[in-house]
Amino acid sequence: MLGEGIAKGLVETARNFFGSYVSKDRLTTVQFPEERLPSIEATRDFPFLVYDGDDWQPGMRCVACQICEKECPPKCIYIEKSKDKKPDAVGKPQFYPAVFNIDVSVCMSCQICVEVCPFEAIKMDTEFELSTDNRFSGLLWDKERLSKPNSYYREIHPTDAAMSDSLLAEEKAKVEAKAKAASEPKGSATISNQPQAAASSTS
Amino acid sequence: MPKDLSERIILLFTIFAILTVTGAVAAMSLRNLVHSVLALTVAFSGLAAVYLLLGAQFVGLAQILVYVGAVAILVVFAILLTRDSGTVPLISGGSWRLLRGSGIVVFAVFGVLAWAICHSSVGRHTVHLSHDTSIYEIGNVMMQRFALPLEIVGALLTVALIGAVTIAMQEKEGRR
Amino acid sequence: MGEAADQFFVNLLHRLVDHAPAGVAPILSSLLSVVAILAVFASLFAVTTILERKGLGRIQNRYGPNRVGPFGFLQPVADGIKSLTKEDIVPHSADRVVHYLAPLVLVFAAFSLYAVLPIGRNMVLADLDAGVLFFFAVSSVMGLTIFMAGWSSRNKYSLLGAMRAIAQMISYEVPLILVSVTVIMAAGSLSTVSIVEKQAGYIGVLPRWYVFTPWGFAGFVLFMIAATAESNRSPFDLPEGESEIVAGYYTEYSGFKFALFFLGEYLGLFAISGLGITLFLGGWAAPLSFLTWIPSYLWFFAKLLAMIALFIWVRGTLPRLRMDQLMNFAWKFMLPMALIDLVTAGVWHFLPQGALRWFVCGALVVVPYVLLSRWLMQGWKLEKRVYRFAE
Repeated sequence: MLGEGIAKGLVETARNFFGSYVSKDRLTTVQFPEERLPSIEATRDFPFLVYDGDDWQPGMRCVACQICEKECPPKCIYIEKSKDKKPDAVGKPQFYPAVFNIDVSVCMSCQICVEVCPFEAIKMDTEFELSTDNRFSGLLWDKERLSKPNSYYREIHPTDAAMSDSLLAEEKAKVEAKAKAASEPKGSATISNQPQAAASSTS
Repeated sequence: MPKDLSERIILLFTIFAILTVTGAVAAMSLRNLVHSVLALTVAFSGLAAVYLLLGAQFVGLAQILVYVGAVAILVVFAILLTRDSGTVPLISGGSWRLLRGSGIVVFAVFGVLAWAICHSSVGRHTVHLSHDTSIYEIGNVMMQRFALPLEIVGALLTVALIGAVTIAMQEKEGRR
Repeated sequence: MGEAADQFFVNLLHRLVDHAPAGVAPILSSLLSVVAILAVFASLFAVTTILERKGLGRIQNRYGPNRVGPFGFLQPVADGIKSLTKEDIVPHSADRVVHYLAPLVLVFAAFSLYAVLPIGRNMVLADLDAGVLFFFAVSSVMGLTIFMAGWSSRNKYSLLGAMRAIAQMISYEVPLILVSVTVIMAAGSLSTVSIVEKQAGYIGVLPRWYVFTPWGFAGFVLFMIAATAESNRSPFDLPEGESEIVAGYYTEYSGFKFALFFLGEYLGLFAISGLGITLFLGGWAAPLSFLTWIPSYLWFFAKLLAMIALFIWVRGTLPRLRMDQLMNFAWKFMLPMALIDLVTAGVWHFLPQGALRWFVCGALVVVPYVLLSRWLMQGWKLEKRVYRFAE
């Protein structure tokens, strides 16, 4: 019958219209910025540098190995190595970056820098409300802007942070064991002991 | 500002007449074909205004409805469908000799017509209508006294329509 | 008391005009009425844009605009500021004069339509003897402006959209005028004021509007469909919908001229709804006899808002019709139904009052509708589709 489908359609839309006032679960709109959808744990937006402890300069994990700079596809990372060394996350004296700039307007959030970093130093942040009114310097972030504490990292990516922490703890234990074995009485290092020491250092 | 009615009517008539004549002259002389159609539409509207000024409501409004609303659109469609779209249709200009000769003929004809009209009965007496013709009366007259001409005109238009459709159909099938 | 409220604006106009010298008085009175019409219907346009967006949003299970002003009701102000301050771009090879004139003539024609609509008791700008004819004459000018807009843009797609729009408009003018002729036949006059007066009065409590007769109801439905098509509204908005895909006839317009086109379209919609109200819904008459204490102009605007709501409802429901479907519908369905409606109106007039009249006219409207729609829907397969591989 001509017109039947139209009538049914009109009834359906009327039901939608009046139902949207009555039942709140019809309207799935999230009124940004008053309400926000919770982001999932694996959200990634732009990189940040992790530092341990309270002070960002000595606690920074990055050793300026420049692997992330070389691997970055749009080449948005710029690193300059320092001249002196400082102890890194596991205690070994390493270089640190004097200049570490990321141009966030170029970054494409591919996470390659995170995947290749051997020192758990650079991770992906979840912040996206980054508008600024300065087109060039507003989105070119330096080392200080990029550094965020490990506690923050544990907040935004709990699982990844736990894994990262355990990895670093393992590394640290290894380094400490090596240091202890090395600082053990060197005098008692006989020929019979040396293979043992060699074996324990390579395990 | 003219105060009484006849002066006001004369002023309005002058304005509408100038509008109509300008539109007609522009329709003939503009180089762009679509511009000339639009100028012709202005001429039609000027005529409708003159009808309305004379108190002939039905004729004036029917003039707008039929001429501006249908005939102008028809002419526009005819222009657009018979030329490749996108190119600006132009009319070629005439020569000055042609204009002189045709101008003489036009003025001669106009002069003779004006003389004839002014010296005829229409030009000598002012006609006073006994009452304003209402549309009810027009309808009444059309259905009673002029019913046969109305039906014949209707039949004529139907025949023309059917003929046009038949020709178009044959052309389409011929092209296929 | 009710009389004073009803004639409030009429008395106000008279009082304002009385202070003017005698020669200027009629011009001043017309001028004030014109200003009132401009103000009222332009603000109705602004309100309608936001109502439409919020209404469509609610139909589509979302909020409409709700940031500007309380519940978003100052959104038209923001839209107006935006369209006024945008750069006016005219294509290099476009025809500047015609490009400039098209929206102007459209808005001029659209505003002129309100001159014959009786908005309340004694509240019509021009009580023409041929009011309905004036309405149709001026609304046919709007088709020409669409052509001007499409052609002057010097854009193939604009031109194509304009031609389709004109074809649609002139095709749907035929059933529109035919159903108006049925009302004119029943009322015996072309003047809108007398058509409204013929529908005044009540049988008991119920009004004597033409929509409450079989031929009037069918005529009203046909009128609404034709009015939707005349204003290029969904589901007949192929000329506009093309602009989302390729280009439409006003794609080369930006800024204020685009806003003028929008304004002209909506004004045309209000005007044709106003005509529908005048012809079928009794104009400014109240629906029930004990509600006549509410002023007449409030009833007119209430009915107008109801029709706007209906248009928005239909827009949110139906998908767009294709060009050939549109034309088929106009010429193969609506025109025969309009002619049958004309016959039915005549039969209604000549039969004596009573149940027989209702039965005969009802049958005369319903039976051809069923048969015609059956015949036209013959080749269609409307059952649920069965897929070979996708299940």
